[in-house]
Amino acid sequence: MSRRWFPAVLVAALVLAVAFLTLPIAAIFLEAGPGELLDSLGDDQAIDALRLSLITTSIALAIILLVGTPAAYLLATRSFRGRDAVTTLVELPLVVPPAVAGIGLLAAFGPSGLLGGAVEDAGVRLVFETAGVIVALVFVASPFYVRQAQAAFQAVDPTWLGASRTLGASEARTFARVAIPAAAPGLAAGMALAWGRALGEFGATLVFAGSFQGVTQTAPLAIVELFGSDFDAALALSAVLVAVSAALLATVKLFTRGRERRGAGVAGLA
Amino acid sequence: MIRPTLLALLLVPVAASGCGGGDDGDDATVLTVSAAASLTDAFEAYGEDLAGEQRFSFAGSDELAAQIRQGARPDVFASANTTYPEELAAAGLVESSVTFARNRLVIAVSADSGIGSLADLAQPDLDLVSAAEGVPVGDYTSELLGRLPDDEADAILANVRSEESDVKGVIGKVAQGAADAGFVYSSDIAASADEVREVPIPARLEPEVAYGIAVVSHAPNPEGAREFVDRLLEGAGAEALTAAGFLPPPK
Repeated sequence: MSRRWFPAVLVAALVLAVAFLTLPIAAIFLEAGPGELLDSLGDDQAIDALRLSLITTSIALAIILLVGTPAAYLLATRSFRGRDAVTTLVELPLVVPPAVAGIGLLAAFGPSGLLGGAVEDAGVRLVFETAGVIVALVFVASPFYVRQAQAAFQAVDPTWLGASRTLGASEARTFARVAIPAAAPGLAAGMALAWGRALGEFGATLVFAGSFQGVTQTAPLAIVELFGSDFDAALALSAVLVAVSAALLATVKLFTRGRERRGAGVAGLA
Repeated sequence: MIRPTLLALLLVPVAASGCGGGDDGDDATVLTVSAAASLTDAFEAYGEDLAGEQRFSFAGSDELAAQIRQGARPDVFASANTTYPEELAAAGLVESSVTFARNRLVIAVSADSGIGSLADLAQPDLDLVSAAEGVPVGDYTSELLGRLPDDEADAILANVRSEESDVKGVIGKVAQGAADAGFVYSSDIAASADEVREVPIPARLEPEVAYGIAVVSHAPNPEGAREFVDRLLEGAGAEALTAAGFLPPPK
């Protein structure tokens, strides 16, 4: 009896947390009936926004994986002067408010920004273009992947990597054939987090790329615009976004759980 | 007996944060104002002349009206058009609406821009920004373009690259050099004089821009709300509006 209070506090805290975190999500589905949900899928603006979100987040994710995986591997497997500082720099966008990220991107790559001239000379247009949305997504989402990937590579048993090299595999082959498969669950978890962050991105996109249907107006931007004019449509589009995100999260959870049982080193979903 | 005390201590902060500022003595003096983004400077200056504390929430008028429709209860709602306060009044969500100021729709261009007239906006390869449909400044822009010959309006519309959620987003894009020009109010130009220059719109095409304000029904602080509206029509608020570049309401 004398020790019962602490478990009770733990249970109360969990109940409170779960209720608080799920109620707004549940409310979206309770307020938007299935009929309204289907109606919203016939709406041009919603369809364009969902399609654009899917395209831009996929491309952003591909870029993040391509550059972030080797970068994270280097951070995880080598020690060099200033590694902690580099890690901190890479994680910085995590704590930068999205609108600030947008202003920073404009100041760097905008027409009158630091590299604006170079970007223009290269014939690339970012502001008001879909490419600008992708740049904003990569900026805000990549730390979620790199952080997770770094932890996943760090958790790979170094003797495996050593054995692979002793057996004559090149470093590139070791990376591709040993390190990546061993770290795969952690990498997948990082992908899911980065994808989710990119899918929900709002502030940096609005400030840097703008908001135009079919070009730069992703689903979150369309939701805010619809909120002013058509609350039901905003609700319905929100429901679709929640469903897509939840499906992704669930898929990755299942995938990583399967891998964990097989005992691979995992820095699982937080 | 110690155990329930501990539990209570743990739960007190949760309960307090749950009630969100339940201190009655404090609430009576705080005035919550939902106002169009274009009113930011004018209302903040006006607020300094008022006794008591104000909490301003500046955003696109359409967004603020939607919040009220969803049950938000500020004390005062000030919109960059008269339509939204009138609609909300008809629905019983706010008391009667009064027109308290006028403004002018103008073109904002960067200080060194070569754009000199509305017609210049139809040139190809310009980047224009406007506000989304439903945002008052976006609706005024549509009204203006509707008065132009179709081909000219289409050419201008083809240059629009972004539809912002409020007028500050429009002027921000122009001030940053991201866009060549945008449709804003003349008071916004006054607020960011250095980077941005005003190009007027021919008077015969100018839409009539009038601002409506209303006390919200069942406002938590109705006396404060009425005083805020009264002194906006005559007194410190009216002066702050003039200083910020607004025009007096139609007589």
